[in-house]
Amino acid sequence: MPQLLRLATAGSVDDGKSTLIGRLLYDSKSLFTDHLAAIERGAAPDLALLTDGLRAEREQGITIDVAHRYFATPRRKFIIADTPGHVQYTRNMVTGASTSDLALVLIDARKGVLEQSRRHAFLASLLGIPHLVLCVNKMDLVDWSQERFDEIREEFRQFAMKLDVPDLTFVPISALHGDNIVHRSANMPWYEGTSLLHHLEEVHIASDRNLIDARLPVQYVIRSQGERDFRGYAGSVAGGVFKPGDEVTVLPSGFTTTVRAIWGPGGTELAEAFPPQAVTVQLADELDVARGDVLCRPGNRPHIASDVDAMVCWFSETGTLTPGSRYLVQHTTRSVKAQVSELDYRLDVNTLHRDENAAALTLNEIGRIRLRTHEPLLFDPYKRNRHTGSFILVDEASGHTVAAGMITGAHRPATNVVWHRTSVTREQRATEGATVWITGLSASGKSTIAAELERRLVAEGRPAYLLDGDNLRHGLNSDLGFSSADRAENVRRTGEVARLFADSGVIAIVSLISPYRADRDRVRAAHADAGLPFVEVFVDTPLELCESRDPKGLYARARRGEITGFTGIDDPYEAPSSPDVVLRPAESDPAAMVSEILAFLDR
Amino acid sequence: MDATYELTHLRALEAEAVHVFREVAATFERPVLLFSAGKDSVLMLHLAVRAFWPAPLPFPVLHIDTGHNFDEVISFRDRVAEELGVRLLVASVQDDIDAGRVVEETGPRASRNRLQTTTLLRAINENSFDAVFGGARRDEEKARAKERVFSFRDEFGRWDPRRQRPELWNIYNGRCRKGEHIRVFPLSNWTELDVWEYVLNENIELPPIYYAHRREVVQRDGMLLAHTRHLTLLDGEEPYEAQVRFRTVGDATCTGCVESTAASPAEVVAEVAATRVSERGATRADDRISESGMEDRKREGYF
Repeated sequence: MPQLLRLATAGSVDDGKSTLIGRLLYDSKSLFTDHLAAIERGAAPDLALLTDGLRAEREQGITIDVAHRYFATPRRKFIIADTPGHVQYTRNMVTGASTSDLALVLIDARKGVLEQSRRHAFLASLLGIPHLVLCVNKMDLVDWSQERFDEIREEFRQFAMKLDVPDLTFVPISALHGDNIVHRSANMPWYEGTSLLHHLEEVHIASDRNLIDARLPVQYVIRSQGERDFRGYAGSVAGGVFKPGDEVTVLPSGFTTTVRAIWGPGGTELAEAFPPQAVTVQLADELDVARGDVLCRPGNRPHIASDVDAMVCWFSETGTLTPGSRYLVQHTTRSVKAQVSELDYRLDVNTLHRDENAAALTLNEIGRIRLRTHEPLLFDPYKRNRHTGSFILVDEASGHTVAAGMITGAHRPATNVVWHRTSVTREQRATEGATVWITGLSASGKSTIAAELERRLVAEGRPAYLLDGDNLRHGLNSDLGFSSADRAENVRRTGEVARLFADSGVIAIVSLISPYRADRDRVRAAHADAGLPFVEVFVDTPLELCESRDPKGLYARARRGEITGFTGIDDPYEAPSSPDVVLRPAESDPAAMVSEILAFLDR
Repeated sequence: MDATYELTHLRALEAEAVHVFREVAATFERPVLLFSAGKDSVLMLHLAVRAFWPAPLPFPVLHIDTGHNFDEVISFRDRVAEELGVRLLVASVQDDIDAGRVVEETGPRASRNRLQTTTLLRAINENSFDAVFGGARRDEEKARAKERVFSFRDEFGRWDPRRQRPELWNIYNGRCRKGEHIRVFPLSNWTELDVWEYVLNENIELPPIYYAHRREVVQRDGMLLAHTRHLTLLDGEEPYEAQVRFRTVGDATCTGCVESTAASPAEVVAEVAATRVSERGATRADDRISESGMEDRKREGYF
């Protein structure tokens, strides 16, 4: 069975773009004779009339809007998003490119690489189109010259090195005469590649999708009562592969459960689900899951942030994008209010120059912004996942879509903050620092072990300092609650402080539930980056034992529902997958356990 | 499915349509699905039902009835609605004629095609529908090639092709105020051949007039029109019997048929794959009004 390939074309009539599309449709026998009759009224068929479907377009002789054309060969079905090429229609090209697997950029062999060709290539790379095909057209007008083709190819390749283009192909063609469109051209025997259509049929697109990071944004909850009660979470797989039996975490709540069954449309039971399938997932546990939540794997979660950096293309003819303006963000299946907090720079789409003094973006302009959302977004960077990294901005008053955005990441302090090196090196300090990170359930015995460890180290004359999770919540982290986002931030801050202590030559002892694996792994990575030792100690006390000890009465309150989101009761604890030290207080005493930690630290 | 996790183009189109149905059901108050019992609306209804399995379809279906119907299509319409367990609403062009809201064209070439717009907009207003699913496809016609999946209509039901909202990725902007609505086209990216291949693969039943049968026809303007009680013959027109099938089904007075021997979905797939005339070009008098016939009707609120 054929597969679908979506391609975007950009260019103006001058480039021969419409002729090329007409040629592809005609030569693949996808052009209907009545459609052709409508455009053959003049002396020669004007293939541009095929794509210019609106009265205004025909009257003005220009393509204004994205037109969709369809053609098929036995191997593939093609959807062409045909977009105008002029700079004043950048938004249309961005729109057409957003879903495309491949972009065709046309160059007139006589004119060579123009500003317009560079802009098209840049937009294709900005929108994350994995395959770029550069058609050097009108080769008949340069006497089928290999030299000219090579010259253009080299020039373009130099430019493309600055872009993120994973796959770049060059084809010399004559759209008018059909050379190298469907069949290899006899006029250019020096060309060793395949015809354009053959390339479109063969180009490998299956691995362009992200099949690693499992993501299912919940779109709709399907419930039915009847012979059997059914509750399923419907959505389109945005990344990775889900299978029945998989352990999955629901974000932002953080509950972990397993996949009971996966259903395709109409109730086809599926053994696996992958992008872009639209599926319905049944979970093993009754959880509170709603539209806007994301299902993922416990050890592979999307980023959670309400302060993100993004590239945007501004679409509005009436307004401009300025810092301080407020919009509705539509991202996966979430819709949240947001404010543009900064405009970092405006990008000149022709020269790629960044103007950091720009005060606003106007129609068709592209820039980088910082966006502050009222609720956190669950996202992956656009480069990693086009579905979970993209969003649109909607003007609430008019209802218009005013911008398209691609998230580059959670906001990090601006790049103009420079790192000041001090003259003291780590080797010059009196002692070597490290971080001992003690994680485990509430009342598992972390604090006792941490306190004993601090006492022993200090007694030995080694600088050590205990960073206790509860204590830090009185000061440094007093603004944080217990949502998964706040917990992530709590761990991040504590990790940063520990890293500073360790860098200064102190042994930082962290006693913190830190329930999520990914958060702890980030702290470990930060230490690794800084070349500092990081010892992850897992205090493995069974939940029943912690609950029976319950020194602060918290488990009892959580069981009564007075506290929600309590780790171990209604929020998950993700044990380390490969801890450096595992301690079981039920089977050992504090002194022995501390010796184990010290043995690992001094090994 | 093999380990490369690839979908056929039909499964990819199905997934896209199902995504659209769910998005609408999750974000609109009062959706409705336009159902004429033509092949595209039958396909659309099947996909909608599949999107919400095992729950019932969370919105009703609406037929804009010109009164000029093929009898086989109307009985099929009622049976399918019952079998799929959906709620069928009918808004009748005759009601608008009787109430004087529209004036019926006269003469042998009179058609109720354009009058449907009034009936459609009245039904949308009376029921406060805010999302209206239509089975239009972009490959049908050049104005439709420019149409969005979520297409905004103002309080008069008008389409403004110059002010369409950009539509990116699979993110759909359905914001509208009270009185405005969104037309939603889940089959936007399907071609006639895709529809038939899906009908074949999924064993979907269509009205019998889509398959070759013998009937009385007349030649008019290069088309074959069915000789029904709704058609007034012009001077010199002689009905004759032929082996035909319909490629599209609309108002009986302006929908032509084609000579065909294709009696099963498989035979129709083979025929459609080989044909070089578009389905509307072959069979729709209503599109021949002018170069901008479709664009102009769409601006007024047509399907």
